[in-house]
Amino acid sequence: MADKLLEIKNLTTSFRIKDDYHAAVDNLSLTVNKNEVLAIVGESGCGKSALAFSIMGLHTRAKIDGDILYRDKNIAKMTPAELNKVRGKDIGMIFQDPLTSLNPLMQIDEQIGETILLHNKEMSKSARQERVLDLLNKVGIPRPEYVMNQFPHELSGGMRQRVMIAMAIANKPELLIADEPTTALDVTIQSQILDLINKLKNEMNSGIVLITHDLGVVAEMADRVAVMYAGQIVEVADVKTLFANPKHPYTRSLLNSVPSGNEEQDQLHVIQGIVPSLQNLPREGCRFSARIPWVDDSAHEKHPELREVAPGHLVRCTCYKHFSFPDASKEEQHVLS
Amino acid sequence: MWKFSVRRTLIMIPQLIVLSILIFVLAQLMPGDALSGQVGPDVDPKRLDEIREQMGWNDPWHEQYGRWMGGILQGDFGESFRFKMPVTDLIGQRIVNSFWLSVATLILTYLIAIPLGITSGRFNDTWRDQLITGYSYVGFATPLFIFALVMLWLFGFTLQWFPTSGSVTPGLEPGTFEYMMSKLYHLLLPAISMALITTYSTIQYLRNEIVDTKQKDFIITARAKGASESRVYNRHILRNSLLPIAAFFGFEITGLIGGSIFIENIFGYPGMGQLLVESITLRDYTVLTATTLLFGVASILGALLSDIILSIVDPRIRIK
Repeated sequence: MADKLLEIKNLTTSFRIKDDYHAAVDNLSLTVNKNEVLAIVGESGCGKSALAFSIMGLHTRAKIDGDILYRDKNIAKMTPAELNKVRGKDIGMIFQDPLTSLNPLMQIDEQIGETILLHNKEMSKSARQERVLDLLNKVGIPRPEYVMNQFPHELSGGMRQRVMIAMAIANKPELLIADEPTTALDVTIQSQILDLINKLKNEMNSGIVLITHDLGVVAEMADRVAVMYAGQIVEVADVKTLFANPKHPYTRSLLNSVPSGNEEQDQLHVIQGIVPSLQNLPREGCRFSARIPWVDDSAHEKHPELREVAPGHLVRCTCYKHFSFPDASKEEQHVLS
Repeated sequence: MWKFSVRRTLIMIPQLIVLSILIFVLAQLMPGDALSGQVGPDVDPKRLDEIREQMGWNDPWHEQYGRWMGGILQGDFGESFRFKMPVTDLIGQRIVNSFWLSVATLILTYLIAIPLGITSGRFNDTWRDQLITGYSYVGFATPLFIFALVMLWLFGFTLQWFPTSGSVTPGLEPGTFEYMMSKLYHLLLPAISMALITTYSTIQYLRNEIVDTKQKDFIITARAKGASESRVYNRHILRNSLLPIAAFFGFEITGLIGGSIFIENIFGYPGMGQLLVESITLRDYTVLTATTLLFGVASILGALLSDIILSIVDPRIRIK
């Protein structure tokens, strides 16, 4: 288990907005082990995708500080040429929207073939085509020899995501980053895609960073979960612990927001407020405090840190000790005020 | 692909009919006719009316149109009143001249536009981009006929690098190498002048396409595959950005026609544009309608060409 694949140390990814840098990912540290699915959960805008893009070195206009160690190679310090040897070979990435993530003018075989070609320059064209066919079979595309010569617009969303996955795993990467791989798909297709990712992971023994806001996906796929809020990790735990014994108020609010299907619950729990935008991030104190105003200020730390509360279970800030959900009538008052 | 092209070609037929009616009626509405200014003031107006009657000019317009169209379908554009020769003969050599001038202008336009557009798009909002955009704004703002005059004065008269009129040096044997070089030499200055001014639209179009395509998701996918920056630009961005340029090709032809009317007159280049202006001032209806019709047909063909090119390069259109 402890075979470290990726170690992120004090990663800060900042974007420049009007002559000022704002951190979308703020001093974040994480490890991903071999043969493990690490889910990163959080609301839209919490920095999960910014984190994924940082790992792949895909940001074109961001300042990246800290270290991203992949098997003792520091991705964060690589030159573009070095980076290109890692991307698509050691680390593969599956994107959110398969409709826009495929080049509309390239046939499927050419697009998948490109990934192979870029990292196996000496491979013959026929061998490459064979490998493409093989990959299409592997990701469960019917009639692959026909689909090979099709263009992306001729395929359904689910098929396109399968093609994306085939592209990501073309060179048998050790690490796969899946940035909301099912968000743009139908619910029925979602589970097929997740099953496929799971199957491939077991075949290839690779680590997966799964970025999602869907707790159902987390429960189904993840081994460990990191909950992100406003650029920081607020809680890390293995998936069973997180669902059974969530600590941080944000994690608890998230879990509480999932509709249970229970008839007595006539109203969906909603977390007050919104994720603060980059410019309005509180520079110090607990970043979640603004969304749980009924918790007394003294409950929060001045400089909240991730602390181990149980082996492998880390929580940021002390406010979790004092947190409880307000009863429904009180919550309404808060909304009104 | 074939189905698409055939269907697209068939749509042209009603377009051409409407175009020909419009041209004919508009020419009829012009004040005066071929006789005005051509006959002495002492000619009996009754005699003029007889001639008009004899020529069929007093018939209802649709009968005249029918005769005109019937002639055209048999390849007969009528006889020029001014030059007293068949319009087809008159147009023959000039259309070839105009064609080569257009080809040279198009080639030069793309030679200028594609590298500048790519540079401008790839390094957008840098000094290079600003320089190129500045040039294209100047091109956009400068009237072609003034720029052409300046070019003619500077390179033709002052520096004498280029001939100032005509399409070929007189006395050369057609078909020889010297003859061809002389033709090329004569059309170079008009073509450069036009290309320098009209290229702005293609530059800006290409620039905006590249800036747009750069931010598409599939570009990120390409980077995530490990493609180098130059590969990302050459294989992914450029290919997608050139589509609209191909679509623009037909309109480029329409623009050329407008430009060639000025250019040919200023450079004394014996082409269709020059003939058109002459025929308007001389009320040479048969020549006027024939040249206008041919220009119109060229525009429609340009649009057709655009669509066919686009259907070849863009698989998404091929399907429909």
